[in-house]
Amino acid sequence: MAADPMRIRAQAQGDKAVVRVLMSHEMETGQRKDSAGKTIPAWFIQEVTAAHNGKTVLNAEWGPAVSKNPFLQFTIKGAKAGDKITVNWVDNRGEKRSDEATVT
Amino acid sequence: MKALWIGAAGLMGLALLPVQAQKSSADAIAEYRKMLEDGNPADLFEAKGEALWKQKRGPKNASLESCDLGKGPGVVKGAFVELPRHFVDTKKVQDLESRLVTCMSTLQGLNADEIAKTPFGRGEQENVTALATYVAAASRGLRFNLPQAHAEERRMYEIGKRVFYFRGGPYDFSCASCHGEDGKRIRLQDLPNLNKNPGDGIGFAAWPAYRVSNGQMWGMQLRLNDCYRQQRFPYPGFGSEATIAVSTYMGVNAKGAESIAPSIKR
Amino acid sequence: MVARRLVLERCAQVAGLLAAAGLLPSAARAAWPQAAFDAKNLADAVKALGGSAPVESKDVTLTGPDIAENGAVVPVGCACSLPGLKRLALLVEKNPNTLAAVFDVTDALEPNFSTRVKMGQSSNVFAVAMLGDGKVLYAQKEIKVTLGGCGG
Repeated sequence: MAADPMRIRAQAQGDKAVVRVLMSHEMETGQRKDSAGKTIPAWFIQEVTAAHNGKTVLNAEWGPAVSKNPFLQFTIKGAKAGDKITVNWVDNRGEKRSDEATVT
Repeated sequence: MKALWIGAAGLMGLALLPVQAQKSSADAIAEYRKMLEDGNPADLFEAKGEALWKQKRGPKNASLESCDLGKGPGVVKGAFVELPRHFVDTKKVQDLESRLVTCMSTLQGLNADEIAKTPFGRGEQENVTALATYVAAASRGLRFNLPQAHAEERRMYEIGKRVFYFRGGPYDFSCASCHGEDGKRIRLQDLPNLNKNPGDGIGFAAWPAYRVSNGQMWGMQLRLNDCYRQQRFPYPGFGSEATIAVSTYMGVNAKGAESIAPSIKR
Repeated sequence: MVARRLVLERCAQVAGLLAAAGLLPSAARAAWPQAAFDAKNLADAVKALGGSAPVESKDVTLTGPDIAENGAVVPVGCACSLPGLKRLALLVEKNPNTLAAVFDVTDALEPNFSTRVKMGQSSNVFAVAMLGDGKVLYAQKEIKVTLGGCGG
């Protein structure tokens, strides 16, 4: 099952770019039980990375306490309009998603 | 000075906030909501809806790009703030979601009855919600201006008013029980008075909305369905006359209010 | 043959335990810090991340609302302008597992991150800064979580 695309907005602000990402993911904690009383297995993004013009700039490790359909904001120094931003995630099932955006 | 601990149900406790936190709880909640505006997961559904609008699907392998939402085939911008309205081809007043299903059926060959019976959040209903989010987003910032030129539109408004005041169910609730007067509130939720224009981005002008409490995208059909659930009424059918009538009532009353849909809600 | 299988299994178990405690040499991409994400309090989480005892400091910033209408989505941010900053982390004191997220700080990024976390109940939230010289600093803020009414 392919995950839905992320929404990435990268805005140039002076000599940096503010990147805002919305990811489509359940971020299931593994604490909840379904109506039959069975625990719903944990399913959440564990690794987030981002690259600026191909160079890795961000590495993050997440746990299931990050909200469903996660939002992330970070700022890249020295980025300008036209630069390429890539955001990637890997979840605890090994599923991945990678999306690109251009700094505006 | 150590802040007093406040429990989840501790409304009374909120009156005992320490001296430095001068803002009221209503202000604090408003601040919280503002913090969530930028980066609304509804954007994910809007993107999905846009893709579905353009994608060739169904037995007829067609897109929805020539769907008439009331302003002419394919015109998306401005359509949301004029719905519900009367349509010549179906000879009835339709809201956004039922009109989308009409287009999915006539243009794409999908089964309208099946879609109406599908539970919210599943199968084609998920797609209807995403499409509704996309269409609503295209009218963001515009002001509601539902037409009342057609006799049917006026009739639905009147029926909607009756539906709004109709008391029933084991608690004898009506829509008006919660939304019939100014200044009503349930715990920390302000309840807008829907007999009139409750203001920009409030009430009818705030749905579809992403609900953070369950991470779901809700269109007006699901919002009304859940209102009826809370009133302990039987569930209305998807796109039923009652739901379209009460939407017409609210939409006409909201004339001039700015739409902020799709918004973010608790 | 049975004995060999048991030995192999036991080796795997021990390796697993070592990996969980962060004691195995790191591969090209570091493994997800399981022990840190299992920790039940600030001190244990920081220790599992390889940090020394955390000290409260005005040089670390934790931003967030005073009241969150719903604990499912609480917007929080962490920042620290001190030189030598290596990592920023967000923790929710009263969550079943206290660590929510860890961000590696590089020269290419401004040292601040925002995300949204789940809070099971009203709680202190911590922003933790881990510096290159081994110092660990933190800021905290109490965020109240309330359920509100019927989602309108």
